[in-house]
Amino acid sequence: MDFQLIWFILIAILFIGYFLLEGFDFGVGILMPFVSKDDVDRRITINTIGPFWDANEVWLITAGGAMFAAFPHWYATLFSGFYIPLFLLLVALILRAVGFEFRSKMPDKWWRKTADHFIFWGSLLPAFLWGVALTNVVQGLPIGPDKNFVGHLGLVLNPYALLGGLAAVALFTLHGALFLSLRTTGDLKERVEKVARLMWIPAGLILAAFAILGYWQTVLFEGLGLIPGTLPTLTIISFVASYVFIQLRWHGYAFGATGAAIVLGTAVVFSGLFPLVMPSTIDAAYHLTVYNASSSDLTLKVMSVVALLFLPIVLGYQGWSYYVFSQRLTREAIPRD
Amino acid sequence: MESIDIARWQFGITTTYHYLFVPLTLGLSVLTAILHSFYYKTGSSEYKRLTKFFGKLFIIIFALGVVTGIVLEFQFGMAWSEYSRFVGDIFGIPLAIEALLAFFLESTFIAVWLFGWDRISKGLHLLSIWLVAIASSLSAIWIIIANSWMQVPVGYVLNEGRAELNDFVAVLLNEQMLVMAPHTIIAGFVTGGLFMLGISAWHLYRGHQVELFGKSARIALVFVVVGGILTSTTGHDQAQHTGEHQPMKLAAMEGLWDTEEPASFSLFAIIDQENRTATREIRLPYLLTILAHNDLTSPVRGMNELQQLKEEQFGPGDYLPPIAIVYWGFRIMVGLGMLFIIFSMYGITLWWRGKLDTSKRYLKYAMIVMFLPFIANSAGWIVAEMGRQPWIVYGLLLTADGVSPNVSGGEMLLTTIGFTLIYGFLAAVAGFLIYRFAKKGAPEEDAPAHAY
Repeated sequence: MDFQLIWFILIAILFIGYFLLEGFDFGVGILMPFVSKDDVDRRITINTIGPFWDANEVWLITAGGAMFAAFPHWYATLFSGFYIPLFLLLVALILRAVGFEFRSKMPDKWWRKTADHFIFWGSLLPAFLWGVALTNVVQGLPIGPDKNFVGHLGLVLNPYALLGGLAAVALFTLHGALFLSLRTTGDLKERVEKVARLMWIPAGLILAAFAILGYWQTVLFEGLGLIPGTLPTLTIISFVASYVFIQLRWHGYAFGATGAAIVLGTAVVFSGLFPLVMPSTIDAAYHLTVYNASSSDLTLKVMSVVALLFLPIVLGYQGWSYYVFSQRLTREAIPRD
Repeated sequence: MESIDIARWQFGITTTYHYLFVPLTLGLSVLTAILHSFYYKTGSSEYKRLTKFFGKLFIIIFALGVVTGIVLEFQFGMAWSEYSRFVGDIFGIPLAIEALLAFFLESTFIAVWLFGWDRISKGLHLLSIWLVAIASSLSAIWIIIANSWMQVPVGYVLNEGRAELNDFVAVLLNEQMLVMAPHTIIAGFVTGGLFMLGISAWHLYRGHQVELFGKSARIALVFVVVGGILTSTTGHDQAQHTGEHQPMKLAAMEGLWDTEEPASFSLFAIIDQENRTATREIRLPYLLTILAHNDLTSPVRGMNELQQLKEEQFGPGDYLPPIAIVYWGFRIMVGLGMLFIIFSMYGITLWWRGKLDTSKRYLKYAMIVMFLPFIANSAGWIVAEMGRQPWIVYGLLLTADGVSPNVSGGEMLLTTIGFTLIYGFLAAVAGFLIYRFAKKGAPEEDAPAHAY
């Protein structure tokens, strides 16, 4: 059996899960200052993701750990190559968590305002950086013969990668607005629905530009030719469907549609890369592939058994927790200070 | 400074900082679950209030443990890419399993517990805090499996300059882990217990909510006495194991330069590493041999002989760890551990004589002693990690060969300063919040459920 393929798929699934779930809580964090009229609104907005955001972040930790174990060279090259962006990501995630956890602990205005800044920037920056990082991977990076990134930071921040960052922010924000529309009531609900209506077209333009330029800029479409295949087509259909559902005010379906667009879009990236994991722009001989970056077969086998046993359990209780906390949040439910 | 030195400082700062919160999480999660169990069993509002009170402090600490933990996981790849390439096959497995088995459980059920008051059944609610406590200890076991492999590598073959797995069960049940995990986890329980005792003492001292905090102080005392004794016995096992598998570390811990048979125990020494001697020293005959071997005759090898052996095995080089730090780190850890046992036993006798709630002096000391486990914990890890130097993986990979070759010293310095500033900021905020909430005392029984 080809364990490298299995683990490539599993890591893709972990990143897909991460973007799907943390995607909406990034979106909620980005929207929080704009859709809230007062402190109660802000607290509701944060509480919609209160029981989930931490567990959503564990998808990233698991993806990182799985990558370390299954493809040590991929992990080492990626993480040391994106040294400064990942540092910024960590800072943002730390401040974001602090914002969430400590915001309600003091009633003072300045305290909460500071927390709001942490939450907003701590959601915007990671969403953007993930877009930049993933775009860089599919663009290819200067990777030398010893599997190390030999470029500089300026290269990572190239215009197309920045567009990728913007595309991620746009998609996650829309996804977050639709999530909010499912968990809020009254005026707040009206406002987030309006945001979703207004931002679909600008978001669509950014994503379209990103996808079209991708033909020239990335390795993804080399194998696909001019006509997009099934996965890219489904991605486009899902995203367009979200427009229809938003107009019809079927927000549950619209949320499902943006979720599908995130899942499928990430799947396009990973399937387009395979069997590469980090293409080198210096020489094809230096490409990191699932075969030259992987661990031994025994490690992959052990990990497969573990994943098979425990991933279903995790999905089970995480799904259950979403069910437990599925009701809408009202202004009355927020305790007075 | 070279980038290797900065990378080491950064890792040291991050782990030490992370490890301020981890032992508290280990201990407080179990203690909160115990309080919650008392509430579940008795339905008493006092236990409910105590559960909410210590639960709130637990959450603040837990949050900081989580955010600093992510930094650690990323750090291996970011600053130690060569190390990651070398060990990923083996070291990555427990890390991935830790996330899958423990972190998901912890993060999901802590939210269920926090937001679940009056929303899910009482039994399920109690179960959720126990799941958090179990997940905390599980996570400790997996990370210690990973660390144990760095101390005593097992179940591997070297292939094309990488360590590859050839026996998973050997890695999983590494003897090093079996002696290290109980010691580390139980020390965490002691940390949580002394924290709870100290906070309770603060209220008892002020005569505030005496009924409530008298209860939590007693639970904490029992916890610390039992935990303290077990920490010392498991620590003894670990030190003996170290003598067998990392003799250089044991020799450094004991400041033993020359092989002795039987070996004496150094009580106090001023160490001069450059000249390979101790300028002033008090030694107790026989004691080290008794401690290391349980008899009166066996030899304990000294650093000079071990250095020679290493040179024969690995070629010329300096194979001594920084001795004074390891020597004194060990003494600080053991000394504090002894203090905790005596202190908590004395507390039990006060309880026995009915004077615990009123003995102002004891309560005052309890407020100071609660800070000492943090020093003991850090000292213990410093002994374990510094004592392994110059190796990052004992006998297989030198620390200097593990660092990322493509990250510049400037970048390392920038991020080290950045992280350190943020850690300082977090410590200030968390310290302030813990102080504030701890001082306020237990909330009313029907205080609003958790909300952000």
